[in-house]
Amino acid sequence: MSMYFTKEHEWVKVDGAQATVGISEHAAHELGDITFVELPQMGKIVKQFDTLAGIESVKAASDIYSPVSGKVIQVNDKLEEAPELVNESAEDLGWICKLEGADLAELSSLMDAAAYAQYLKGLE
Amino acid sequence: MGYCPNTPEEIREMLVVIGAGSVEDLFSPIPEALRAKSFELPAGMSEFELMGIMREKATTGGSEIVPFIGGGIYDHIIPAAVDHLAGRAEFYTAYTPYQPECSQGTLQALYEYQSAICRLTGLEASNASLYDGGTAVAEAALMALRITGRNAIVLDASVNPLHREVVCGYLASLSAGVCQVPPAGCESDLELLMGSITSETAAVIVQNPNFFGSVADFTALAAKAHEQGALLIVTCYPVALGLVKSPGEMGADIAVGEGQSLGNTLSFGGPYFGFIATRKRFIRNLPGRIVGETVDKEGRCGYVLTLQAREQHIKRHKATSNICSNQSLCALRGLIFAAALGKQGFEDLATLNFDKAQYAKGLFSALKGVSVLNAGATFNEFTLALPKPAAQVVTRLLDAGVAAGVPLGGYYPGLEHAIVVTVTEKRTKAEIDQLAGLLEEALWN
Repeated sequence: MSMYFTKEHEWVKVDGAQATVGISEHAAHELGDITFVELPQMGKIVKQFDTLAGIESVKAASDIYSPVSGKVIQVNDKLEEAPELVNESAEDLGWICKLEGADLAELSSLMDAAAYAQYLKGLE
Repeated sequence: MGYCPNTPEEIREMLVVIGAGSVEDLFSPIPEALRAKSFELPAGMSEFELMGIMREKATTGGSEIVPFIGGGIYDHIIPAAVDHLAGRAEFYTAYTPYQPECSQGTLQALYEYQSAICRLTGLEASNASLYDGGTAVAEAALMALRITGRNAIVLDASVNPLHREVVCGYLASLSAGVCQVPPAGCESDLELLMGSITSETAAVIVQNPNFFGSVADFTALAAKAHEQGALLIVTCYPVALGLVKSPGEMGADIAVGEGQSLGNTLSFGGPYFGFIATRKRFIRNLPGRIVGETVDKEGRCGYVLTLQAREQHIKRHKATSNICSNQSLCALRGLIFAAALGKQGFEDLATLNFDKAQYAKGLFSALKGVSVLNAGATFNEFTLALPKPAAQVVTRLLDAGVAAGVPLGGYYPGLEHAIVVTVTEKRTKAEIDQLAGLLEEALWN
């Protein structure tokens, strides 16, 4: 199960019809200490690259865009009490939410891990 | 920073740049017929003469009228401490400074204000104040739309009609709909309110006491709203909270109100302040500024603006509200008033209002042809049905130096004979008795 990235530094892992979404380690590092994650409403339906959630750190308040289309079926409640999980484990325990009904064809407009690493180099 | 007007030389330079001959030319687009020939201003006078005129104006006319008018704005005693402390130069600035390094006094005052509002409303989190009661109700409605992601508001029509207009004005350009629920007589129609909640309802908005003066317990309504995933917003009269069950105790999610009755003068309509408080879990959806308590690097207690990511200067168009200031000075007066009275003082004040209003209610309802329309309990306001059009009676009594109340006809068609009378602690027995006499005379002579 591989991970895909957006230019806005979100990641998505697709497992069958279910997609897990989060922000990249690079993004978490750039944001600094994360103080709040505004989780999406359960049942919310998003299109690819629509605003999905929000994140606040000591440095900034940013939107999190959805890497794929879908319907929110699970949110990471742990982030309500422990938003720092995103800093500690951005690409694993710090996941934001899960979507169902993702269209696999949309992955083609995203980057795989190697392409994202290359993209980050270009940003330096 | 200088605040000097432009010099004649600067004015000349600017006129040359824009190619106008004179300042007067700038007004040329306004048709001659619409331009004032004269402002009929008197000739200049000395400071001494001017003070004499102002003093005379301040002691005649308006201020001599004995007010039995409420309807959202109330004539209460203001302890001398309010003027004295709020008038101190440290607070009495033209703008509200927020840099924590140099504004600890202002920030702490606002923090204490927030604490007072939380204790009054029975809720957990308050902001540093809003502009007035009407916009506070509207902000609460917007907040409920954000929290629930729904798009309909159920609005009790016994909420202050002016505040309802503000709510409808705020929501008019959004996709949200407002369903106004008519009262049953002078009481909120609880059954109809409950029946109006749908799966699209973001919040139910009620007022306590309502515009007719009736007091209600909205606990069951809160439970019903929550059952359907909606919020309950209660707009309340802070002085009444000394006696009446608080919004928090009823299970309300957001409490708002007009703060004028807390230490602010009537002042011909403002400025006043609005307050808003909510449950802790909704704090990120609160509009406006919030002051928090923290410690500095040496561990000393200090105050700062907090949760600013909600606000316009960070979140831009996604901010919780376009409000980017507050009413610090008016809110400060509210805080000093609340602190001067204390918990017992609030209860005593509320009891005094209630007792005097009960006396007046008994007296007026005994007048020939007059009846009280409130079916249940009231606080310091009640609605009377008169045998004559109320507006006419009020006008006649004004000539006798008494503002008898708010005629309802303009707000509630069909209630042209009804009037809302308010009796605060400031009204003496002699004034109440005088109003009874004047009413009888106006109604039957």
